Amino acid sequence: MYAYIARRLLATLPVMAVVGIAVFLLLHLTPGDPAVVIAGDYARPEDIEKIRENLGLNEPLHVQFFSWVGALLSGDLGTSIFSNLPVAKLIGQRLEPTLALAIATIIFAILVAVPMGVIAAWKAGTLTDRVIMVFAVLGFSVPVFVIGYAMMWLFSITLGWFPVQGYKPIGDGFWPFLRSITLPTVALGIIYVALIARITRASMLEVLTEDYMRTARAKGLDNNALLIRHALRNASVPIVTIIGIGIALLIGGVVVTESVFNIPGLGRLTIDAVLRRDYPIIQGVILIFSGAYVIVNLAIDLSYTVLDPRIRY
Amino acid sequence: MPRLLTATRRAALAALAAAPMALGLGVGPASAESVLRIVPHADLKNLDPIWTTAYITRNHGYMVYDTLFAQDDKLNIHPQMVGEHSVSDDGLVYTFTLRDGLKWHDGDPVKAEDCVASILRWGKKDGMGQKLMDFTKELKAVDDKTFTLTLNEPYGLVLDSIGKISSNTPFMMKKEHAETDPNQQVPEVVGSGPFRFVKDEWVPGAKVVYVKNEDYVPRSEPASGAAGGKVVHFDRVEWIYIPDPATAMNALINGEVDLWETPAVDMVPLLEQNENIELAVIDPLGTQGWLRPNHLHPPFDNPKARRALLYAVDQAVYLQAIVGDPKLYKECAAYFICGTPNESDVGVEALQSHDPEMAKQLLAEAGYKGEKIILMQSTDIPVLNAAALVTAQVLRDVGMDVEVQAMDWSTLTSRRAEKKSPADGGWNIFHTYATGADATSPIANIGVSGGGVERAWFGWPTDEKTEQLRDDFAREADPMKKKAIIDELQGRLFEEVVPYVNYGQWFQPVAWRKGLNGVLVSPVPFFWNITKDSG
Repeated sequence: MYAYIARRLLATLPVMAVVGIAVFLLLHLTPGDPAVVIAGDYARPEDIEKIRENLGLNEPLHVQFFSWVGALLSGDLGTSIFSNLPVAKLIGQRLEPTLALAIATIIFAILVAVPMGVIAAWKAGTLTDRVIMVFAVLGFSVPVFVIGYAMMWLFSITLGWFPVQGYKPIGDGFWPFLRSITLPTVALGIIYVALIARITRASMLEVLTEDYMRTARAKGLDNNALLIRHALRNASVPIVTIIGIGIALLIGGVVVTESVFNIPGLGRLTIDAVLRRDYPIIQGVILIFSGAYVIVNLAIDLSYTVLDPRIRY
Repeated sequence: MPRLLTATRRAALAALAAAPMALGLGVGPASAESVLRIVPHADLKNLDPIWTTAYITRNHGYMVYDTLFAQDDKLNIHPQMVGEHSVSDDGLVYTFTLRDGLKWHDGDPVKAEDCVASILRWGKKDGMGQKLMDFTKELKAVDDKTFTLTLNEPYGLVLDSIGKISSNTPFMMKKEHAETDPNQQVPEVVGSGPFRFVKDEWVPGAKVVYVKNEDYVPRSEPASGAAGGKVVHFDRVEWIYIPDPATAMNALINGEVDLWETPAVDMVPLLEQNENIELAVIDPLGTQGWLRPNHLHPPFDNPKARRALLYAVDQAVYLQAIVGDPKLYKECAAYFICGTPNESDVGVEALQSHDPEMAKQLLAEAGYKGEKIILMQSTDIPVLNAAALVTAQVLRDVGMDVEVQAMDWSTLTSRRAEKKSPADGGWNIFHTYATGADATSPIANIGVSGGGVERAWFGWPTDEKTEQLRDDFAREADPMKKKAIIDELQGRLFEEVVPYVNYGQWFQPVAWRKGLNGVLVSPVPFFWNITKDSG
């Protein structure tokens, strides 16, 4: 087991290296020049050239690459071309809102979706099942920003329960934090609720028809024990897998949600950096995202051994 | 929407609204009256207003730095940091004396040598500054409060240059910072302006915080534009960057911010209906649209093809597409902005006539035979996106073969520097716009330069006569003679050069919560002079 974890962790290194090279090349081969953006609309070519020189952007590509890698290996993600602030500081400023939103969304989605899926499977073919599945289809179909604006109108503008925008760090107090994170969490979470509920239902339906479930029923187990201890546990591997995929998909969803609710997270940092070609930020954030993706996948794989004792690494 | 609610639903909603108050969860008003919250037009990404021409950095400059001279709401120049100034009889020596009480944010007094270093740095970077430096023989500090500027020959734009309101605005910095290479950012923000920048609270992409500079001594004159007394009525000003227009509007309606600098034009009708919101155009100069042809390559290397564009373009169509509301735009053919002393009606007939048949005839005379026109379309800036789509149709209507190439603005700004032929990766046309403050004179308006490949702006018009007239304008001090030069220059621009086609002038409203008073009329938003009613 430990050897497996060590192997997987070691395997992340080539993955990260490939991501790093691909991101670096893609960015630098994409048209667009941060020096032009900095210099502004009225700059003379010689001013632009001087800025490129000062930023090291006129160096050959391989020199820029090895300079970046060298700094990276010593733990330096670089400095933003525009703000002159360290990328690590910028990511640090943005990490909490994104993590808070992502974790809250996954917790919300699991707490709502798994019971919904279990109930839908248990009541398969009934009105309850159909209502849940209609919700799942709708939740999967309506874009996050539509849900976000609708909730903003109702809960912020009309009822005044929540702020329209912004993020309060948990250090400012739990209630302000909760108020700032509730609407974005629900808006972003609905799509994952729909996704997880559908998978849970399908997985549970398959398990509920197994022979051992019939045996369990024949033994006189009550519904709760039957559904949770026997059915859900055996149906959990696909559910956990889809939750893992959901976490990866969250990266895209977070970008939209952060824009709609004006949360200063990593998603918005990335978008702004891409539009301005702030290479060090884009490279840093994508490395962080890819690292997180690899770790989440590893955690999901390891969870299989807990959920299904037959799985061994 | 509330009208659609029944009484029962309204009562239910009211009860629901009251519920969180009981739990202590109410939104409530801002905690302190002395905080002014602004949604700026862009994110403040960098802090040096000489290093970059970005308007948001210029606005930041006005918060923390001060200027020697400043333009009022009629664009007249007034002393700001300067107490007294004089010009020698031969017009060659300008003497400036700083007013009393000027201090840097670190407590040091502002000295003449700081101002000399600041002007020199700005003069290496800014177009008007470079022109001024071309005429400058010597710039030196005489004592701690006095410095002189000596010219090689009389120059009519000395005060207009060092008092210019827009980018690059000549902000005064400490000597040690002003000696930084103008193509590198200054290491820290130490100004002498009415606000101090709080670097620890700066979150690029989200929030910028300024606090009142208690040491600042405002002038005694009332505030007007960038001139007059900069009296600050808030302890703290927060710029909260909200990129999504719908969210910004909702934040303003909900009272989470006090002022939104650039409401999206399609949100204006909604804001107008809200009784808590006031809307006003505070920049009387507005913005001018530029359709820029590439003068280096066919067909627009031929003056007749460029003039064909004047006949093809109908400003009303562009303005409808990009603004929509006639209250917020004006058909204006003048190169140097309608509503300014440099507005002229010489030569405007071609642009005002909208005559597609004449455009076709001129294209034929120019020898256009259906070659592909590469039109670069910036899809991430709504105004430019719409203008490009209109132009594509306008050109097709007069028989041109147009290929619209979509890209983001960053890509476009790199691509437009390409001088290669359109078939080899160059281009024929792109669109941009200039704020009125940057286009009011032949020197400030970089788009009319005829300096060719070496000195003109992207598109590279080449015309010695234009350059001669621009120089004449710079040298001339007599307003009547200046106006005559403007008329002659504009005639030349319409008849021969057509450096760009002006596709209209529009005005960006600003929205703020009722109870906010003293918002100044100016091309630049200023946050002094503003007060907020209590309660």
